Amino acid sequence: MFDILFSSLGQLFTVSHLLYMMLGVLVGLVVGIIPGLGGIAGMSLLLPFLYGMEPTVALGMLMGLVAVIPTGDTFASVLLGIPGSSASQATVIDGFSLAKRGQAARALSSAFLSSMIGGLIGAIVLTGFILIARPLVLSFSSSELFMLTLLGLSMVAVLSGRDLFKGLAACGLGLLVGAIGMAPATGEFRMNFGLNYLYDGLPLVVVGLGIFALPEIIDLLVKRGAIASEPCKLGEGWRQGIRDVGQQRGLVARCAGIGSLVGTIPGLAGSVVDWITYGHAVQSARDKSEFGKGDIRGVIAPESANNACACGAMVPTLLFGVPGSGTAAVFLGGLLLLGLQPGVGMIETHLDLTYTIIWSLALANILGAALCLVLARPVASLTRVPFVILAPLITVLIMFAAFQATRATGDLLALGAVGILGVLFKQANWSRPAFLIGFVLAPGAESYFYQAVQFQGTDAFLRPGVLIIGALILAALFIPMLRSLCIKRRQASSVGAASTARAEPPTLGAIDVVLFVALLGTAAFAWMDVADLSLIGGIMPRLAIAILAVSCLLEVARCLTRRPQWQHQAIGLQGLWLVGFFALVAAMLLLGFITAATLFCLVFLLVIARLKPWVAAGMALGVTAFLVGMAEFLTLTYPSGLIDPWLFG
Amino acid sequence: MMIKKTATSTLALGRLKRAALVGLAIFGLSLTVSAQAQDAEVPGNIKWTIPFGVGGGTDVWARFFSPWLSKQLPGEPTIMIDNVPGGGSINGANLFAVRAKSDGSDWLGTSASTQYPAMLDDPRVRYDYSEWTPILATPTGGVVYAQPNLGENAETALEAMLAQPVKLAAQNPTGVELPVLIALDMLGADVQAVFGMRSRGEGRLAFERGEADIDFQTTSAYLSNVTPLVEAGKAVPLFSLGVLNDEGKIVRDPAFPDLPTFNEVYQELNGEAPSGNAYEAFRKFFASGYALQKLIMVPKDTPQALIDTYRQAARDFIDTEQFKQEAAAQLGPYTPVIGDTVQRHLDDAMSIDDATREWLADWLKSEHGAEI
Repeated sequence: MFDILFSSLGQLFTVSHLLYMMLGVLVGLVVGIIPGLGGIAGMSLLLPFLYGMEPTVALGMLMGLVAVIPTGDTFASVLLGIPGSSASQATVIDGFSLAKRGQAARALSSAFLSSMIGGLIGAIVLTGFILIARPLVLSFSSSELFMLTLLGLSMVAVLSGRDLFKGLAACGLGLLVGAIGMAPATGEFRMNFGLNYLYDGLPLVVVGLGIFALPEIIDLLVKRGAIASEPCKLGEGWRQGIRDVGQQRGLVARCAGIGSLVGTIPGLAGSVVDWITYGHAVQSARDKSEFGKGDIRGVIAPESANNACACGAMVPTLLFGVPGSGTAAVFLGGLLLLGLQPGVGMIETHLDLTYTIIWSLALANILGAALCLVLARPVASLTRVPFVILAPLITVLIMFAAFQATRATGDLLALGAVGILGVLFKQANWSRPAFLIGFVLAPGAESYFYQAVQFQGTDAFLRPGVLIIGALILAALFIPMLRSLCIKRRQASSVGAASTARAEPPTLGAIDVVLFVALLGTAAFAWMDVADLSLIGGIMPRLAIAILAVSCLLEVARCLTRRPQWQHQAIGLQGLWLVGFFALVAAMLLLGFITAATLFCLVFLLVIARLKPWVAAGMALGVTAFLVGMAEFLTLTYPSGLIDPWLFG
Repeated sequence: MMIKKTATSTLALGRLKRAALVGLAIFGLSLTVSAQAQDAEVPGNIKWTIPFGVGGGTDVWARFFSPWLSKQLPGEPTIMIDNVPGGGSINGANLFAVRAKSDGSDWLGTSASTQYPAMLDDPRVRYDYSEWTPILATPTGGVVYAQPNLGENAETALEAMLAQPVKLAAQNPTGVELPVLIALDMLGADVQAVFGMRSRGEGRLAFERGEADIDFQTTSAYLSNVTPLVEAGKAVPLFSLGVLNDEGKIVRDPAFPDLPTFNEVYQELNGEAPSGNAYEAFRKFFASGYALQKLIMVPKDTPQALIDTYRQAARDFIDTEQFKQEAAAQLGPYTPVIGDTVQRHLDDAMSIDDATREWLADWLKSEHGAEI
């Protein structure tokens, strides 16, 4: 046992292994930083070289890549508010808020440090755990998996705080949008309205970009100025971020632990873990008021979990040949190309390789995070640049990212459509994370529920694992409520009755009214569309519609009975920018992606940002070079239109 | 006058026509000559469309084959793999059907999940296998196995499986498990299929957790992940699907020479060989999804000489010892099938008569509540 541990440790520090791992780390950082590419694009860059390579060296390279992807994408989430991949969605909420408050360097340095520590803890846990993981992984049946998705969903209540019904309505809409596509239980197609694009459902990348990134871009354009609205001290912030991690060691350790364990469960991994840990950070905090507005704990928690989760995801991939995440799925392909069949054999006959994998992960985590930490300070200065200069570049970047989801025209249109929703939600202060949680967890919740009932009947919900997770959910929902009740009573007894007990009235604005009408209309329309579905195939969309409609109606009722406080909600300028976005999409389809993107940047920088002509031209050419280079290196395609094929072949 | 004028004009027209014809003939001749000259010339770049994501089974399969093919083809062309995932491979195949050039520079890699929707007339399918010519096909086999609590050996487990309802975890009613579901039904098993698995691997996990009573895996996954279970007494193999020999008959799988095929088990139970619409459906979906699981296709109009060059290149390397050695890990103990044999089996598999289709539609509706 120990001789194997040491021999694979020796393998790790050979020159060729380190060199190739460094290569993997660098590729991983580059594709991690560019949103929308993520692990799959990185793997496809490396896979062609894999066939025929020495397995230990090749594994080092692959692990270098896998390990740093959840690290690199933090740049985009924190600085630009773009969720680079599913692993960094929760980071966006507080990370980007911190950047807007001029604390980007702080958010980045603490994110990278907690990523590094999280990855190391994950690797250490994995070293011992992989030997005994098999029975534990198998003890998670479909019913426990269903309960875990419920645990993720219960975070909606934690995140939406005072506006519970709005949060629930957003989550219901997310569930409904997530139910578009094939019903897992019956193979029926739901709510695709005859559009081929919707047969597979909406891609997560597109929804994430539309709901978070697009509204932020528009908001910043309307407000003018730089991303950081307060003066930023990069150096001081950087050191502050390191100190923050030191102060939150307990949180880092707990979240890394949760991350590595949840990561081992095949089928869920990345999609719930950052929400569960974010929710945990909120719940365990005494002062919750800053969450969502830039609380460093909201960055530390998901970031320490997602690298640990990438380690944990190796367990099902190596032991069962069932990938725990999208990146792991591609890694599995890499293993097959190397002639390694994952399975029990990885422990029995290839234990040395298994440990090479685990420790490459640890080492690559350190390397990747160290590189990012060095980069964090200079890159954070981006937030001081007037946003109007960055806006066209970021817009092209998110459209590029969205189009890589399925390479269909629908990607760009869906980005715009979800973007409209995102802008409305943002302006009216509805919970966008709640929508995303619903969307991400809808397929899992549905298929695991169906499987649990089919496989186990009513026994499914009496299993000990189910009861434990159920208790956790109840605790998540009711402990904060009890605690606040306690505090209230204490205050009431000390200050005197009736002085503080009055709850604040609900707020209402024009967009709220529009959203109520639109969401109830959507509910009615969707209800008619799912009318023909079989009972099993239609139960999930119907449930989602019910959640959506009932919580909308309850909020309306609350507003009617409690005399709301009228709030001014601006939408005019935002609407104008949205129209501009769709015009850009149209231009891209007509002229071609590269041509339209270049022209758009040039015109925008000249007319709106009022840059000097040669600067604007240089930046526009940079965009062209980036797009052409990406197409060349990664064999990507763009909407070709009329002019692109003629200009760029 | 008028008549005369028209007469001369027709005469002139006739002369013109003749001249044009001669010219056309000369032009055409030179064209065909140049076309022939180009025929055997392999394009310098070949774009191989894989309608699945990077790292998936078919992608790995293509990446395994591409260096072999490239090395063996005259001029060693660059083979570039282009992944176009979506719609369970329908999107990529649709795009290929519209865009592929027939000068030999466009290839397509398909799998069972490309073949099945075409056979089932899925409304999203806009490609047609008769528009394509196969270069090479790789077969796979598969094994159905059961929990040991059904019975300690194949015989008792099979008996128990037929006596009580059993659960099987599957992806969707028209997925790769379709022939297995038909076969189990023909044997008389009451199979409750639980759909919604995202891969066969997830189905195997459900079996290992004890949630599913029986399961099914294709050869490579069976060898790496189920054989250890069988050795540990945690799974009992029941029967294999067999393989298709050159004459189109189902015979024992070389990977599992000791396991009876479905046909043998049926014969044993019923005293006669399987037949009828159900068997016809089983045979066709087995052939297109297993015997010809993964295919390299080119557009039908690709010059015949080029197709022959491609096929010959494949023939040249599949017999080498080195290929056999490396293929064992990737493809299992099966030899790729090349050229006309593939075409024959493919034509047979993809043509489903109305009676069989009707039976299938009824069966899917009544057994699994699925519409096609």
